[in-house]
Amino acid sequence: MNEQIIVTTSPHLKHPTTTQMIMADVLIALSPAAIAAVILHGWYALLMIVVTVACAVGAEFIFNLCIKKSQTVADLSAAVTGMLLALSLPTSAELWQCAVGAVFAIVVVKCLFGGIGCNFANPAVTSRVFLLIAFMSIGGGKFGGDPFTGSYVDLVGGATPLEALKNGVPTTEIPSMLDMFLGLRGGAIGEGCILALLIGGIYLIVKRVIKWQVPVAFIATVFVLSWLITGSLTLAVYHVLGGALVLAAFFMATDYSTTPLNLLGKIVFAIGCGLITVLIRFFGSYPEGISFAILLMNILSPYIEKLCAKRPFGGVKNEK
Amino acid sequence: MFRFGFLGNTHVPHRKNTAQMSPIRIEPPKEVLLPMCQHIGAPATPIVKVGDTVKIGQKIAEASGYVSSPIYASVSGKVSKIENYLRPDGRNVPAIRILSDGEMSVYEDIKAPEVNDLESLVAAVRESGLVGLGGAGFPTSVKMDAVKKGAIDTVVLNGAECEPYITSDTRTMIDNAAGVKRGIEILKQYMPTVKAYIFGIEDNKPEAIAKMKETFSDAGDVFVAALPSLYPQGGEKVLIYNTTKRTVPEGKLPADVGVMVINVTSLAFIAKYIDTGMPLVEKCMTFDGSAVASPKNLIVPIGTSISHIVECAGGLKEPAGKIIFGGPMMGVCASSLDEPISKTTNAVTILNVKESTEPPVTACIHCGRCVAACPLSLNPVAFARALTLEGKEERVTRLEENKLGLCMECGCCSFVCPANRPLVQNHRIGKMEIREYKTHLAELARAKESK
Repeated sequence: MNEQIIVTTSPHLKHPTTTQMIMADVLIALSPAAIAAVILHGWYALLMIVVTVACAVGAEFIFNLCIKKSQTVADLSAAVTGMLLALSLPTSAELWQCAVGAVFAIVVVKCLFGGIGCNFANPAVTSRVFLLIAFMSIGGGKFGGDPFTGSYVDLVGGATPLEALKNGVPTTEIPSMLDMFLGLRGGAIGEGCILALLIGGIYLIVKRVIKWQVPVAFIATVFVLSWLITGSLTLAVYHVLGGALVLAAFFMATDYSTTPLNLLGKIVFAIGCGLITVLIRFFGSYPEGISFAILLMNILSPYIEKLCAKRPFGGVKNEK
Repeated sequence: MFRFGFLGNTHVPHRKNTAQMSPIRIEPPKEVLLPMCQHIGAPATPIVKVGDTVKIGQKIAEASGYVSSPIYASVSGKVSKIENYLRPDGRNVPAIRILSDGEMSVYEDIKAPEVNDLESLVAAVRESGLVGLGGAGFPTSVKMDAVKKGAIDTVVLNGAECEPYITSDTRTMIDNAAGVKRGIEILKQYMPTVKAYIFGIEDNKPEAIAKMKETFSDAGDVFVAALPSLYPQGGEKVLIYNTTKRTVPEGKLPADVGVMVINVTSLAFIAKYIDTGMPLVEKCMTFDGSAVASPKNLIVPIGTSISHIVECAGGLKEPAGKIIFGGPMMGVCASSLDEPISKTTNAVTILNVKESTEPPVTACIHCGRCVAACPLSLNPVAFARALTLEGKEERVTRLEENKLGLCMECGCCSFVCPANRPLVQNHRIGKMEIREYKTHLAELARAKESK
């Protein structure tokens, strides 16, 4: 019996949570939004999700095979990236574009930097921006006779009601608040149904996968700044419900690899995202600034992390 | 520095299966093995030879320095061998093996020590062989010596017992409240500078908290603090902060902020020693773990082998995976069932094979759980990054910048890591590197001087 005894250093207990379980939780949290996407945008949305997720997972699998790295597909992070990317694209995206986006996200943004935990930019967000810039000419997705087809639309597309606001269309002509909440509007397939996103977001908070402070700080920043700039509470609420804000606040600004480690850093990151989003929405030439905001803050993340680091308990200052 | 609330925020499972079980004395073992180093500091020097007959409580080894502790026979019988013992930490120390004569007769010369002032109290505690019974094993008399300088105004009594499974301190507080009370009286008599005695007990032991509150209901300077059951409440710096809001600075001792921490079982032992003169020869310990058939609290002569304890306590229900001295968060693995329990063993935890098998290590996902879990606000990710640097000097500088020295190896970071990274294990490697580097620098300096 003695030969079976295992000797290691402490600790000898492990919390049961694993990376795979965390990623599975994110997939579960995204599923209400995915279901809503299929209900609102039809079977094509389901096809988009399936193709994007399959291509993301397949790309990681083949990449690992090629560089003879142990297989990491089982940690489900590639599936999460694929799902997020699919949900942030409008139905006007062709399936081959979804596939290209998924491969770009996984291979260029994630795997080339060393795989899970090593990428500095959020793969789904970066890929969304890549698709936006690469396929700008392709029209934005619309739902149920969007009245603003004539205006500038893009692959991000989600800001159509916001765009309307920007162009001075009276609020009576844009979708009602309830429609906005349920997702009866144009834009990416997964960003519309705020109800579904909130259900998923609350699930993640309850499961302690994300910190509630991050989405709250992000959304509150956008709300307060929009209110200050427009001077109207209604418009501020539209700015919160419109675009990809809720999707991004719960699922993209809370990404582990690309945000600071400590809680204070995460909050600063979220506030920064909100600030840049508002700046782009009101003063930029794009109707929707979420992707760029997150991408810019991803780059700043290591610095925020360093500045917001907690001082070790009882630690004396380092002499410089 | 202002901080919100309490330090420590990791929920580890409690598994206090034995909290309702008063300790039972086990059948005396046929032999005991007493290593000369069961404490922090210099090993004791044997003063018996092979063939000598000894009785319980007879001194068999003398303390060999200021930070050291004497060792006493825990059974009556014959010294059969003085051998080498490989400690779980890798140090080789001499050890005395005593074959029991089965009588368990007590040494005749044992009498209560004469104590009339602080000086003689410290001397008596030193002579008793007492070391920190919470597990660290720092000689208690050395801690008490600081009181002589008059700097101590608060004594914190550690009854946190934050490790999973272990309930021996809990049982001391419940079953031996009188001993704890007597201990406080002794300290009060000889330590006039101390203004407050604070018990720090995790709130998952309501019975112990109630008992202590009841025992000291009429004492104005004894306080019972119910601490949240969040690991590691029993860590010295954490406990001091959570009971007194004082911060022990880097490189300083609790005495520097006017605090002495003493474990409740140690305190009860001091009372018993001052009144009877029986030195530290037996331990109350918890015998539990996922492989144990019937968990128990036991009173065991020091030096008893684990196999004897397993045999007397009802055996195992599953094959043993890991045998741990202490609890599963900070305990040290034994390499076989033949190893003896020592002064600092407050539990023997035997885990089944399933719990002992480490899950595979995957890549760090930068989730920040370790950073959030660290009770001392250290950054395990920064240490891990520092250890990947090229040059030794760079590594050591970066580790020291991030205050690796503060890490008390409580294991919270490794516990919460979803990728199962060996974080604490890394920190130990880092500390070793720092030590090696400093020795290297000192050697260089010496070589330069001699030129």
